[in-house]
Amino acid sequence: MFKFFLVKLAQLVPTFIGVTIVAFSFIRLLPGDPILLMAGERGISAERYAQLKSQMGFDRSLIVQYFDFLKGLLHGDLGNSLVTHAPVMDEFMSRFPATLELSLFALAFAVIIGLPAGVLAAVKRGKTLDHTIMGISLTGYSMPIFWWGLLLIMLFSTILGWTPVSGRISYMYFIEPVTGFMTIDSLIAGDWGAFLSALHYLILPSIVLGTIPLAVIARQTRSSMLEVLGEDYVRTARAKGLSNFRVIMVHTLRNALISVVTVIGLQVGLLLAGAILTETIFSWPGIGKWMIDAISRRDYPSVQGGLVLIAFIVMIVNLLVDLAYGVINPRIRH
Amino acid sequence: MALLDIEGLSVRFKTSSGLFAAVEDVDINVDRGEVWSIVGESGSGKSVSMLATMGLLPWTAQVTADRMTFDGQDLQQLSPRQRRRIVGGEMSMIFQEPMSSLNPCFTVGTQIDEMIKQHLGGSRKERHERALDLLAQVGIPDPARRIKAYPHQLSGGMSQRVMIAMAISCNPRLLIADEPTTALDVTIQAQILELLLKLQEDTGMALILITHDMGVVAETAKHVVVQYAGRQVEKQDVKSLFANPRHPYTEALLSALPERAGNQDRLPTIPGVVPGQHDRPAGCLFNPRCQYATEQCREVEPVPAADDPARTLCHYPLEDGISPSPAAAGVARDNPQSSPHREVRP
Repeated sequence: MFKFFLVKLAQLVPTFIGVTIVAFSFIRLLPGDPILLMAGERGISAERYAQLKSQMGFDRSLIVQYFDFLKGLLHGDLGNSLVTHAPVMDEFMSRFPATLELSLFALAFAVIIGLPAGVLAAVKRGKTLDHTIMGISLTGYSMPIFWWGLLLIMLFSTILGWTPVSGRISYMYFIEPVTGFMTIDSLIAGDWGAFLSALHYLILPSIVLGTIPLAVIARQTRSSMLEVLGEDYVRTARAKGLSNFRVIMVHTLRNALISVVTVIGLQVGLLLAGAILTETIFSWPGIGKWMIDAISRRDYPSVQGGLVLIAFIVMIVNLLVDLAYGVINPRIRH
Repeated sequence: MALLDIEGLSVRFKTSSGLFAAVEDVDINVDRGEVWSIVGESGSGKSVSMLATMGLLPWTAQVTADRMTFDGQDLQQLSPRQRRRIVGGEMSMIFQEPMSSLNPCFTVGTQIDEMIKQHLGGSRKERHERALDLLAQVGIPDPARRIKAYPHQLSGGMSQRVMIAMAISCNPRLLIADEPTTALDVTIQAQILELLLKLQEDTGMALILITHDMGVVAETAKHVVVQYAGRQVEKQDVKSLFANPRHPYTEALLSALPERAGNQDRLPTIPGVVPGQHDRPAGCLFNPRCQYATEQCREVEPVPAADDPARTLCHYPLEDGISPSPAAAGVARDNPQSSPHREVRP
C-alpha cells in the first residue's frame, strides 16, 4: 500500500511541472500589461515604465523569469502580489478556507442527495421515479451556474426572504478566524448563533455550486448500480436469502461505489472552477473572486501562484481518491 | 410428499417483441435425499426453470405453475420475506461461473458468515468456527488463512468450493447446482462433482444437477429430466434413460457420447442449434433437427401420452431404441449409430 502511494506520488511530478508551465505562460499570453493597467488613464512616461519593469523583473527573458518562479516555488515562495505587495501565498491562504468550506458543503450536498437518488433511480429502473430523477438531474446538469444562482436568490432571498443574499455570516457576528472555516471557528468560539448564521449563509451557495456535481453523481451512481445489479454475485446475494435492502446497499452499492468515487474525485476540480462563478454571485470572499480580480489586473504572480496552488490541491485530491480505491476495492489493494 | 414438487412450470420474459416463453410446462418432483439431473443444450431453459424455483429471475420474468411447493409450502403463495427464509436456508444454489459469483469486495469469511447469520444466527465466534469447519469440509487447505482471502485471490475451483461451502452452510434440504463444473478444467470438474456427491451422501440433502453433459448425468443422477427449447421432453430414472431413451433428442444426446460412438471416425452430432425466440418451428420444436421427423411432426405439436410414465413429448416415442416413425426406416440404414450402443451405463 505504501509503495502504491509512492508510485502515485511520483507520477504527480511531471503533471505538476506541466501545470507550472501552463500557469506561467497563459497569463503572459493575455494581451495587457500590469504596469500600464496600474498607471491607468493618466499614462506613464517611458523612463518610469522601464524603471518599474526592471524593478518587477519583467525585463528579463521569459526563461529566466520562469526558472525564477520555479526556484521560489520550491521554497514555498510564490512572490508578492503586484497590487497589494503582500506575499501571494498569504493572500491565497487567507481566502482558501472560505472556498474550501463552500466546496465541501457543496460536495456534501451533492453526495448526500445525488447518491441515494442514483440508487433509487437504478432500483426503480424504467419506472416513473427513475424518469423523474434522471430528468431533474439532466436539467441540473445543463443549468448555467450564473443564471441558476440568480434565480435561486430571486426566489429564496428576495421573494421568500428565507436565505441571505450574499456574504459568509451575518454582520451581527464577528468571529476571530482560527481555521478560516466560519462554521468551525464559530464553534471554537462557542457561539451557537454565529454557527447557525454561518450555516444559513452557506445553504444557497452550496446548492448552486453543488447542482452540477449532484447531477453527475446521480447519473454515475445509477448507471454503475445498473451495471453491478446484473453481476453474478448480486444473484448469489439474492440466492442467500438476504433482504432486498442488504442486497442493494451492501452487495451492489459497495461495488458500484468504485466508479462513483472516481467521479466524486473529479468533481473536486470542477467545484473549485465552479466556485469562481458562485463566489462572484454571492460575494463569497474566497479564491474564486480573488483570482478574477487578479486576472483583470494582470497581477502575474497572483494568477500563476493561484493556478499552481489550485492545481496542486486538485492533484492531491485525486491522489486521495486513488488511495480510497484501495480501501473500497480489494483487487487494487493486493 | 415430495420435497420439491413442481408441475406445469412456465416462465415468460417480457421482451420488446412480446412475451417469450423460455420455459413451458416443466414438471419435477424431487424427494428427500434424491439426486436429479436436468439435461439439455444451452438455451433449453434448464437454468431458468431452477432460477424460477429459487425466485431469482429478474422482474421481466413471469413465473406461473400449476403447483410449486417446497416441503408442502406453496412457493407462489409465500410473501417475499417468507420465501427468503427458505431460499439460502433450506434450498440453496450454486452457479456456473464461480469466479464472478462471489462478491469481489468481501472476504470469503464475510460472505459465508453473512449466510449463516441470516439463517442460523449464533454468536460471532460460533459462526466463525462453523465457517472454518465448512471450508475444511469442502476440501480447502488451510481454512484459517483462506477465510481471510478475497475472491480474486482464489482459483476457479477454489471459488466453487467456497460457493459450495456457503450453499451448504445452513444445512439445506435441497441444493441446486447450475452447471457447477462448466467453467472449470477437467480435473477440477471431477473433484467438484465428487465433492457434491459426497456432501449429498453425508448430509442426505437432495441435489438437482443442471448439466449439458450426459457423462456427468450417468455418474451422478438417479433421475433425469431432459429439456429442449424450454420444454420438458422426457423424464426417466437414469438407468432406463440410458438403456431405453424415449425421445429422439435424448437418443441423439446419448449417441454423441464418445463411449457410445463405437469405432466410428467422427462422433455423431445433432445438426443445427436450439431455436431461439424468433425461429421456433411449428409443430414439434425438435422437428428440424430430428432424423425421424414426419409431416405430422412439422405441423402438430406433440403431447405426452397419458399412459407414458416418461411423459415423452414426441409423436413417435422410441421403443427399445427403435422409432416407430415412418421416417425411421430410411434413417436407420444411413446412420447405423442411430440406435444407441449400450456400452455406457450408469
